[in-house]
This record gives sequence, C-alpha cells and structure tokens, in this order.
Amino acid sequence: MVAPTVGPVYGEKPSSVVDFSYVGIDAILEQMRRKAMKQGFELNIMVVGQSGLGKSTLMNTLFKSKVSRKYVQATAQEKIPKTIEIKSISHDIEEKGVRMKLTVIDTPGFGDQINNENCWQPIMRFINDQYEAYLQEEININRKKRIPDSRVHCCIYFIPPTGHCLRPLDVEFMRRLSKVVNIVPVIAKADTLTLEERDFFKQKIREDLRANGIDVYPQKEFDEDQEDRMINEKIREMIPFAVVGSDQEYQVNGRRLLGRKTKWGTIEVENIAHCEFAYLRDLLIRTHMQNIKDITSTIHYEMYRVRRLNENNTGAVHTNGLSDHSAHEM
Amino acid sequence: NMSGSRYRSRAPRAGKSHEKEYVGFASLPNQLHRKSVKKGFDFTLMVAGESGLGKSTLVNSLFLTDLHKDRKLLNAEERISQTVEITKHTVDIEEKGVKLKLTIVDTPGFGDAVNNTECWRPVTDYINQQFEQYFRDESGLNRKNIQDNRVHCCLYFIPPFGHGLRPVDIEFMKILMDKVNVVPLIAKADCLTPGEIRKFKERLREEIDKCGIKIYQFPDCDSDEDEEFKQQDRELKESTPFAVIGSNTVVEARGQRVRGRLYPWGIVEVENPAHCDFVKLRTMLIRTHMHDLKDITNDCHYENYRAQCIQTMASKMSSDNRVESPIPILPLSTPDVETEKLIKKKDEELKRMQQMLQKMQQQMHEQDL
Repeated sequence: MVAPTVGPVYGEKPSSVVDFSYVGIDAILEQMRRKAMKQGFELNIMVVGQSGLGKSTLMNTLFKSKVSRKYVQATAQEKIPKTIEIKSISHDIEEKGVRMKLTVIDTPGFGDQINNENCWQPIMRFINDQYEAYLQEEININRKKRIPDSRVHCCIYFIPPTGHCLRPLDVEFMRRLSKVVNIVPVIAKADTLTLEERDFFKQKIREDLRANGIDVYPQKEFDEDQEDRMINEKIREMIPFAVVGSDQEYQVNGRRLLGRKTKWGTIEVENIAHCEFAYLRDLLIRTHMQNIKDITSTIHYEMYRVRRLNENNTGAVHTNGLSDHSAHEM
Repeated sequence: NMSGSRYRSRAPRAGKSHEKEYVGFASLPNQLHRKSVKKGFDFTLMVAGESGLGKSTLVNSLFLTDLHKDRKLLNAEERISQTVEITKHTVDIEEKGVKLKLTIVDTPGFGDAVNNTECWRPVTDYINQQFEQYFRDESGLNRKNIQDNRVHCCLYFIPPFGHGLRPVDIEFMKILMDKVNVVPLIAKADCLTPGEIRKFKERLREEIDKCGIKIYQFPDCDSDEDEEFKQQDRELKESTPFAVIGSNTVVEARGQRVRGRLYPWGIVEVENPAHCDFVKLRTMLIRTHMHDLKDITNDCHYENYRAQCIQTMASKMSSDNRVESPIPILPLSTPDVETEKLIKKKDEELKRMQQMLQKMQQQMHEQDL
C-alpha cells in the first residue's frame, strides 16, 4: 500500500478541504446545454393576413435578415394568387454559437379573394398535415433518432389597423385555428393609429376575443404555476401588439436605427414609445420561444394524436370533449 | 391548389456580437434550462455483482446517501435458499436548485448461490418490464406525466481476487449489453497494488474485447472542445474499467478529514485519484455523462426493445386473433375485418380502463382535499 499522498483532482477546485456535501448533479444542466447547442434548434412560424399588411417585412425585421420568401424567390411582380397558397422557406441562422433552423410559412392569398369563405381550410389542413407527419414518424417501427419537427409552433395573425374592432374574417379564422395552434395576433402597420386610437382598438379586440371564446397565446389554461401566471397576465393585458416593421435604416440622433421615414417624423421600430415591435420580439424570441414550442408539442400535438387514435376505431365519438368541426370540415 | 413548396437558403448571418444585429434567440438554451430545472431529472442506476463487493457502500459514497442503514445481512444458512431479488430504493436529491430523483436498483443474491445458472434472468426481466411500461405509457392516450423508470446504467462489480473475467461475468455482461449501458468496475480495489491494478485492467480489457462484450462507450469529444476537457476525456477512457473503493466513514489523514478506510499500514482515501478511480467514476456517471447514458438508453436500448416488441405483436396478431394487444394500435393501412374488430374491442377496453383510472384518481383527489 502506498503512503497516502495528495493528488490533483481533475475537474474540481484544488482545495485543501474535501467537500463532503457536493455530489455534482447540477452538472447535468451543462450536459443538456452542450447537447442542445450541438443539435441546434428548430422553429416554424406561420404568418397569416391579407396582402400588403407587412408580413414579410415584419419577419425580416424580427430576425434581422432576409428570411421571407419575397427575397428568396424571384417573382416578376407581386400578384394576388387565385387561391390560398402555403409557402415555406427555411433558413439556417446562428447567434453566439446557437444554431437555429428557422422556417417561415407564408400564406399568400388569405383573405384577398372576393369570397373568402372557408379560406382557413387550407391553412388548417397544412397544420394538421404537419401533426400527421410527426405522428407517422413517431409510430414507425424504426424511428429516427431525432424526428424532424415541421409542426407550426406559432401563427402570427395580422389584423388590419381599422381602429374599430375585429372583422368577421378575423373572428372566424382565430376561433378555429386557436384550437390547433398558438395564435399571436398583431395589429399590422400600426403607424396609422394614434396612441389613443391604438389603446381603444386593442381593448375592443380583447373584448371581441373574449366574447367569442378565442384563446390566443399565452393561453390562460396553460399557465403552469404562479410565476408563469404573473408573467403571462402582464402579456395578456398588452396583446395584441401594435407593430411596425422595417428593414431600412435611418440616422436618428446620431445612431442608425431601423425605421420608416415620413415628412412628419421618423418612426423607430425598436422604440417602445413608437410601437410595440420590441415586445413582440421579446415574447417570441427572447423569453417564450421554448414555451411556444412546448405548448405545441405537449398540448396541440397531443390533442391531435388522441383524436387520431380514437377516430379510426370509434367513428364520430370524440372523448376529448372537443367539438369536431375542425376535423369534419376537411 | 395547395402548394407546399420548401426552399432552403443560407440567409446572411444574423449573428454579429454588437447589439445592433442581436436578434436574441441565443437565449434559447437558457429558456430550455429554466424548464428543466422546474421539472427536475430522474436517473435509475442498477448495481449488480456478488454480495460483499461493496456495492451499497459505493452507491452511498457516490450520492452521499445512506440507503441501507437498517439492512439485515443474511447469514450463510439463509443464503443457501436465497434467490436473486430485485430491490429498489428511491431518493430525492437537490443541489443548487436542481432536483434529481435517483432510483437505485439492487440485485441481492446475484451470483451467490451454488448453482448460478440463469441468475441474470430476474435482472433482464426487470429491465424489460420497465421498457414495457414505458412503451405502454408512450403509446397511450394520456402522455402528460410519463415517468421514466428505465434502467439507465448498470454498474457491474468484478471481484479483484481473480485473474480476469469469470464465466458468470462474461455471461451476465453479454446478456445485458443489448438492454442496458453496462459499466464494469473492479470492486474493493484496495486489495491490489498499482501494478496489479494495471495488469488486471489490461487483462479485463482484452477479455472484454475478445468475448465481444459491448460495454458503455464514452462518446468522442468534439474537436472544438477546450484542451482541458479533451485531456480529462482521454484520461477517463484510458482508465477503464474503473477500480473503485467506497467508504462512508470519515478518517483523519494528513491533517484533514477525508472519506476513507483506516488500515494499520496506512489510510486509503476514496477521493484521492492516486488511490482509486472513484472520482473518475463519479465524474463520469454524474457530472459529465449522465445525460448521455439516458440518451443511449432511450435512443438505442429502448428503441431496439420497441422495434422487437412491435414486430412480435404484429406477427402474432396476424396469425392468432386471440392475442392480447397491450397498446392502442393506429391502423396504418386498411386492416382486414377481423383485425379491425379486434382493434375496436381493445380500444373500447382501453377506454373503459382509462375511465376507471380517471374515476379512481378523482376519488383520491377528493380524499386529499
């Protein structure tokens, strides 16, 4: 037996006192983080709204790069398509070592026709198709190590800045889609509203949403604990966010800022005194991104899955208590 | 009318460090972090090997627990008729806000009998049961709070007294290598000199290789890891199988209080890397590879079990309509009438069971209020 000697201890602080009480289980967080960084993240955002509401510009502003289809696809001129199309564009973006595959799903043609009845159907079908694709991968005998996630995590709905209240189309769409996907309504092109008009409009919208039983993100029933509830209540009192998008920079007070220049002044996109773009960005990206994905996978997707597992075997009976108009409309 | 066209392109990098270009999704790992801290983690560790190899002491040393305080050790007579049991102890550990639900699965009686034929069977049965339970939960309708009781790692204790692997060691590890991450350890390493340990390890590594035993492999380092991490990783890999010593007693050595064993000829310090590989084992098991152990269990061992299970069920069902199906199957192609009837029957049964379960849960909830 060798005489006891002190040896260097790897990975631990060189200390003269043995730490009797530290096992080191908190290191698993670092292990998780390493793995997540290696794998990268996925995010799928859908934008819905009539032509000309600034959807593409807003996406570009959010991610500070040209992520919308308009810049990727060479189109001769912007024509309103005869029917609703669903177009996905994916980009690999990276920030501080964190890699993300961002997919922006555009829905040109929505709400642009003369007769817009059932215009939500192709969108609903698309969302359900993504759930179906995921489900098929999950029940496969030989499953992939990481199932590619094409499910729509978040649907940003653009409300035109009428200043009055929600239109029937808005209500119809949000009522149906809020049951299958996270909806984040925004007031588009909000630089046409004064602050008073904006506040009035928001209040009316919130009333309309409540009156129609529409649950937009962050949904009250999915708050996990007191801490979540407090944070989310503050957000619920502010939505829908009134946004202005821009990918042009201007010189303001010696700094270069994103904005829109008019004769009466320059609207600074990231200035919360001017518009609420920064709040939207913080919600979607900096604080609630993971939560949005979690709600999609643990709630919306699970509801779809339960419905599918039941419907093949028992016909029209749905045990999850959901009204089945969404399933039957297809 | 509905065109789902997909384009991929490399957008100009949105990631320069100055505030102007900062989007903010670099905070994603932290958002993930927050959720995991709230949920907590679980980990199931199995220990296997004959009685008296220091399994319980080692587990207590690793996790600073006192799991078998009131254990009554059997005497020789009682042991003659003892069969291999499976015992489970669960303990909740919290450190720096991170919660871990640790389950230790012990296998008392393993290898202790005169005739040890198939002494591994209760062990594999246990592991399979956990897989099956997880499979049911995962395929079921309510997947909200699935508990992961699958065995993530099996520490197999090899006695230091012999010259290498014994037949029971080889058989056990070969049978278990496809079901669980096997980590062989040299137990009670304080009865070997450093030279003897070195030779023993070489011998074991050769025999493990020769017999085709697939033990848990540490994943390779990324090329972009820092040098300290790579060095640590190299040393870890070169010291396997780990030679361990455990102790729950504190002794005084070189003017300090250390965890160790007091002999007339000196003091063995458990946490001294010059004395044994305890620290390496603890680092590997808890601080660097716990997540990987769980991943391999989920991505390889469990998937193998699941694939086999489905294929067995599918072939049984097509040949024998009376076979019980434990999970709701989603018919992928149009099944024949017989299969459809069976599926419908099973589904109704499942729904009834779930309704019963819901009622029971509600009753329990009402009692709690």
